[in-house]
Amino acid sequence: MAARALPLIAKALVLLFVAAPLAAVIWRAEGLGALGLADLRAIRFTLLQAVLSAALSVLLAVPVARALARRRFPGRGLLISLLGAPFILPVIVAILGLLAVFGQSGLLSAALGLIGLPPVQIYGLHGVLLAHVFFNLPLATRLILHGWLAVPSERFRLAAQLDLPPIAVFRLIEWPMLRRILPGAFAIIFVICLTSFAVALTLGGGPRAITIELAIYQAFRFDFDLSRAATLALLQLALSGAAALLALRLTVADAMGGGLDRPLRRWDSAPGQRLADIAAITLASAFLLLPLGMIVADGAGTVWQLPGSVWRALGHSFAVALAATALCLALALPLAARGGTLISTLGLALSPLVLGTGLFLIAQPVVSPYALALPVTAAVNALVSLPFAVRALQPEIAAVEARFGPLADSLGLTGFARWRRLILPRLRRPIGFAAGLTAALSMGDLGVIALFANPEFTTLPLQMYRLMSAYRLDDAAGAALLLMAASFALFWLFDRGGRADVDA
Amino acid sequence: MRAYIFAASLLTTAGAAAVAQSDPLTVYAPDYFTSEWGPGPAIEAAFEAECGCEMEFLPADLPSMLLLEGARTRADVVIGLNTDVTKRTRESGLLAPHGQDLSALTLPIDWTDEVFLPFDWSYVSFVYNAEAVANPPRSFAELLDAPEDLRIVIQDPRSSISGLALLLWVKTLYGDEAETVWERLAPRILTVTKGWSEAYGLFTDGEVPMVLSFNTSPAYHIVAEEDETKVSAIFEEGHYAYVELAAKVAGTDQPELADAFMEFILSPTFQAIIPETNWSYPAALPREDWPQVFQELPEPPSAIFLTEDEADAIRTEALDEWQRALSR
Repeated sequence: MAARALPLIAKALVLLFVAAPLAAVIWRAEGLGALGLADLRAIRFTLLQAVLSAALSVLLAVPVARALARRRFPGRGLLISLLGAPFILPVIVAILGLLAVFGQSGLLSAALGLIGLPPVQIYGLHGVLLAHVFFNLPLATRLILHGWLAVPSERFRLAAQLDLPPIAVFRLIEWPMLRRILPGAFAIIFVICLTSFAVALTLGGGPRAITIELAIYQAFRFDFDLSRAATLALLQLALSGAAALLALRLTVADAMGGGLDRPLRRWDSAPGQRLADIAAITLASAFLLLPLGMIVADGAGTVWQLPGSVWRALGHSFAVALAATALCLALALPLAARGGTLISTLGLALSPLVLGTGLFLIAQPVVSPYALALPVTAAVNALVSLPFAVRALQPEIAAVEARFGPLADSLGLTGFARWRRLILPRLRRPIGFAAGLTAALSMGDLGVIALFANPEFTTLPLQMYRLMSAYRLDDAAGAALLLMAASFALFWLFDRGGRADVDA
Repeated sequence: MRAYIFAASLLTTAGAAAVAQSDPLTVYAPDYFTSEWGPGPAIEAAFEAECGCEMEFLPADLPSMLLLEGARTRADVVIGLNTDVTKRTRESGLLAPHGQDLSALTLPIDWTDEVFLPFDWSYVSFVYNAEAVANPPRSFAELLDAPEDLRIVIQDPRSSISGLALLLWVKTLYGDEAETVWERLAPRILTVTKGWSEAYGLFTDGEVPMVLSFNTSPAYHIVAEEDETKVSAIFEEGHYAYVELAAKVAGTDQPELADAFMEFILSPTFQAIIPETNWSYPAALPREDWPQVFQELPEPPSAIFLTEDEADAIRTEALDEWQRALSR
């Protein structure tokens, strides 16, 4: 009975955590405000770039995920983890890393210069798309790769026995899986790009690239117009909700028979496929890893001589990350089991500025905001990571239920026993991934810490920003490298824990 | 009975005294100010030594934090506001007159404000890399006619104070022509960033040879890095003066300490800490007492400054022009 109530409790908690801050801002603003022409322009550009970014990320991820699912080579596990790293980078670090490769004086421009060509023109809509694909291709690849690896290996064995041509393998086995995964992956990336601000502005080349989040920022900081900020935040929520709903309707459940959890082996390996796979893996690795390499090169000189306060901040960030991970999983598991995809999206879709302000308005009369620095930061990070965790878990739980549900029902395996004996053992891979993602995202996120900043409690990203605003850009580059390394280490530990005995 | 009341009142007084002693002077300041690399720690130590009291800096997003908290705020003093937000902060009624004698101020502009007390300033300025720019522009007009390969990065006036200062600077210089000026500047603007840090990072990474910053920025590179290649471009039309301010909170429960701190802001002790921790000019220190580097920084011939009412009157129009010109 208790297990049954958990999804409801989780849903209520998430709803409360999103609705209460928004309501607090609206209440303080004494109502919603009217939108202007500039807001409409912002909405148009936001939608355009978010749809294109999500579509490109998902489409490009399919060949990469397929290649990684089909090929076995030394270092494959590490490469899969490394390819996930861009997703967990703090925005400002990623921008500087990307521009070190694609900017005016970046690697690519330097290479073009050698053969007498002008530098790359990165700034514009294509720059925004490039950056959003850089951030989100890793997520899309992982979500789709999980789908591939969850296909019972018996199906591929049967296909090999029947000597099915690749097109038939795709149509009969892989397409149904993609139909199940792609709409959700698209929706979640759409929502991420919807709230983009610094990336869109910097790489978009200026005010042409104004997003809703920037309009919220402007309403809040420039005009202190809380009602307009709240209206825009509501609109952003509605757009995200619509995208998530649409994705749910397009998602088709997989109802084919189950397998015996054997490791996936593939027998189909035509030379053409081999070549395509090698190309996909090489290109994706170059695109995703070069900017990371530049961040490493930039920070390697100073990372060993960072002041003690930066290392203490690292400790705080670890604490936040672990607390956020525990909270996120506690919410994500029941939500993923029972239709929580839509609700879990809301946390990500609410403007961080409005979320922080609302929480501040609620907390401030009761308790000093400074005392809440750690719990609020952890809770917000858990909330923001929730949609990724739910999306990683939900298809696997659904697949387990579809295959073993009737059997478990007939055996009377319900409640916590069903979780322990049936579901959790089959979820190791997505749980490890979800935990790793949450921990890493929490390490790098500034989130709402600005309003709840406590002089004794600073996180690593905050300390990095402080170094930057004190002109210490060399030290900031070292802190950025430390942040990236720490995020990645957490991600890798959890992710690897989840994959240890599943496959190489 | 009387003895009882007397004892009770004694206890209450003792209690109040204990509270007063354990309740430090609370000063809200921006993150860059309170951080260990900003002026906060040195100022805190110096003030505590002088007043024999306790004070604490709390990092706060100003003025949003103060406006959100309203009368319930814990702050006794706020420091690190700038001239572009004074109007709405003043209108909130949350601040009290500073009551200080302003004759010690050494600003390039007249300052008579009774609420906001300046503590530092600098000129908004383009900073260039002398190794990449052979012929830096010597005026705004020259910048507009500069070769196309002189790319600059600026900050968005909607999210950044320095970006807003540039907007007001251009509008003051060019008035009705401002939109045309932005259109001519547009091809040279490589991109616009959310805040100063992103833009300055692009500059030091070599992505652009010139960035919107302050004329005091090169002082950091000279002092801390012995690097003299970062130079501010001085325009003969004059530069917008960027002034940072402090104010006393009206509802403070520590009025005497707050007054003492406001007085301390204008003292040579406080002012001498500013240049090499905040990398800006002190607001009340004779030039001969500035660090040598600051005395030698290139300076514009005149300061441009808008009062809060003047700035408020043109802000929205200037922003619309900027958006139109750069969106084409």
